[in-house]
Amino acid sequence: MAVTLPGPHTPTSVAGTTSPDPTPSRRRRFTWARSTPYLLIAPAIAFELLVHVIPMLVGIFMSLIQLTQFYVTNWSAAPFTGIGNYRVALDFSGPLGQQLARSFGITLGFTVLVVGISFGFGTSASLVLQRVVRGRGPLRTLFLIPYALPAYAGIITWKFMLQRDNGLLNQLLVDDLHLAHGRPFWLIGGNAFVSLVVVSVWQQWPFAFLMTMAGMQVIPEDVYQAAAIDGASTWQQVRHITLRMMRPVNAVLVLLLFLWTFREFNTPYVLFGPTPPESADLLTVHIYASSFITWNFGLGSAMSVLLMLFLIVVAGLWALWNRRVNRDA
Amino acid sequence: MREQLSFRVFRWLVLVPLGLFAVVPLYVMLTSALKPLRDVQGDFQWWPKNLTLRPFIDMWSTVPLAQYFVNSLIVTTAATVCSVVIAVFAAYAVSRYRFRGRGTFAGVILSTQMFPGVLFLLPLFIIFVNIDNALGFTFLYQTRVGLVVTYLTFTLPFSVWMLASYFDGIPRDLDECARVDGTSALGALFRIILPTARPGVIAVAVYSFMTAWGEILFASQLTNSDSRTLAVGLQSYATENNVYWNQVMAAALVVSVPIVAGFLLLQRYLVAGLTAGAVK
Repeated sequence: MAVTLPGPHTPTSVAGTTSPDPTPSRRRRFTWARSTPYLLIAPAIAFELLVHVIPMLVGIFMSLIQLTQFYVTNWSAAPFTGIGNYRVALDFSGPLGQQLARSFGITLGFTVLVVGISFGFGTSASLVLQRVVRGRGPLRTLFLIPYALPAYAGIITWKFMLQRDNGLLNQLLVDDLHLAHGRPFWLIGGNAFVSLVVVSVWQQWPFAFLMTMAGMQVIPEDVYQAAAIDGASTWQQVRHITLRMMRPVNAVLVLLLFLWTFREFNTPYVLFGPTPPESADLLTVHIYASSFITWNFGLGSAMSVLLMLFLIVVAGLWALWNRRVNRDA
Repeated sequence: MREQLSFRVFRWLVLVPLGLFAVVPLYVMLTSALKPLRDVQGDFQWWPKNLTLRPFIDMWSTVPLAQYFVNSLIVTTAATVCSVVIAVFAAYAVSRYRFRGRGTFAGVILSTQMFPGVLFLLPLFIIFVNIDNALGFTFLYQTRVGLVVTYLTFTLPFSVWMLASYFDGIPRDLDECARVDGTSALGALFRIILPTARPGVIAVAVYSFMTAWGEILFASQLTNSDSRTLAVGLQSYATENNVYWNQVMAAALVVSVPIVAGFLLLQRYLVAGLTAGAVK
């Protein structure tokens, strides 16, 4: 990850300077001063262990046993299958493996589209607002409201707009503009994928806008002035100054958007319920359905582990790429 | 500075569609909440023909919305308070102390952000059941306490990271002076650092509140009819035979208002905080 924890500016700590160890004995004894940082982080560690680390380890263990509906009440009796669940999940000639592969493909397409469009929207809006003074505040607020709205409130509104018989979209397309005939369905069939992308972009792009806007604000004004004096057009300034200096911010932004979008759950779950149409079967919902609807927790856990490994590989490749870019720059 | 005409045209081509894209769903939410039921069941009306406040009254009786609201309020407030307090202590340690394991702590806390929720949802479910069995009474499983414990960890990594960078921006001389004058480590934190870092603390609190208020995945499995929150409860309008879209929109509006109002009031802090990390 590019994000590194901010460190102390000086190597000596407050504890070190104000309470030097009075007993220079060889064995380090317990002192309150030395254990203070550990006491301070203890609650954070305890809760992270309880909710994230231990469940993740249990999840990895569960992926190795045959935890189906027969064993769910007494899961310690479930037989150990080793990589059996993984073999089923990755056997692309079998029905479950095929479904997983299809779901992966849909998720990847969905993620690329949503990240690309959100990034494009966010960058464009930031660019055109960069040197606008009047009206920027209200516009920024308006653009950020979809991001501030609780996810389910926004998505459920879209669900209403996408209804076949009483929704806004069909009213606009069919009855007002006559662009389509016979009132298409937007929440089932192939159109569901389009709806999913649109609604996700609606929620995601304000974050891209927020980040790019903040990034552009720190580009010093005199760089543009110098370029303008040299006769650079507005477009040249955008291309050679703004977009160039935004590269580090954009790199982090695209990674974050990718990681979040790839495990998007809220949008398909609220739009379609726990079992989405085939065209919108994103991985997290697919795993959710195989775990909680068909009660095959072992397989569900195996697929979750695979999803996590994929995200780790993506983040790792990104870090390598980012390091090389920074070294070459 | 002079801008080319093409850039000015481009500005309108960007701002008008994006403004419409952002505002149309908000408009639909507001106007549909004011329509009588028959007007949301037929063709969509751009201009509401009949205005009524009935949906805002009826929505409380169609589903137990008040109970969901109270549950959401309790869970979200408790999770926010706990998360901010825990994050303040941890961030203080990370910012002001060099200790063994500091890097590991930072790494682990950030990498938990990468785990897909579905991976630890089910194990968490089982761990909560087992803890309850060991205790002999229902404490965590499908209770508000369980949800608070879960939610407070969601925002911890980000909060610790953001507060630590905020604390780093506060001159160390300030708290070192206080320490020389005989204040304890915690005294320096509470009397010097926290008052100075108030914008950062507010940003973290708003972020935590928004995250917990909007969470759906864990709420869908870790609650029952008594502890159900708005995230799940709002969907119960839509599972009945007749979908009361005007009431759904009214309820969506009402549950959004506190969040959006808080966001608008505090957006200066939040925007600065959210973007500080990536831009720096």
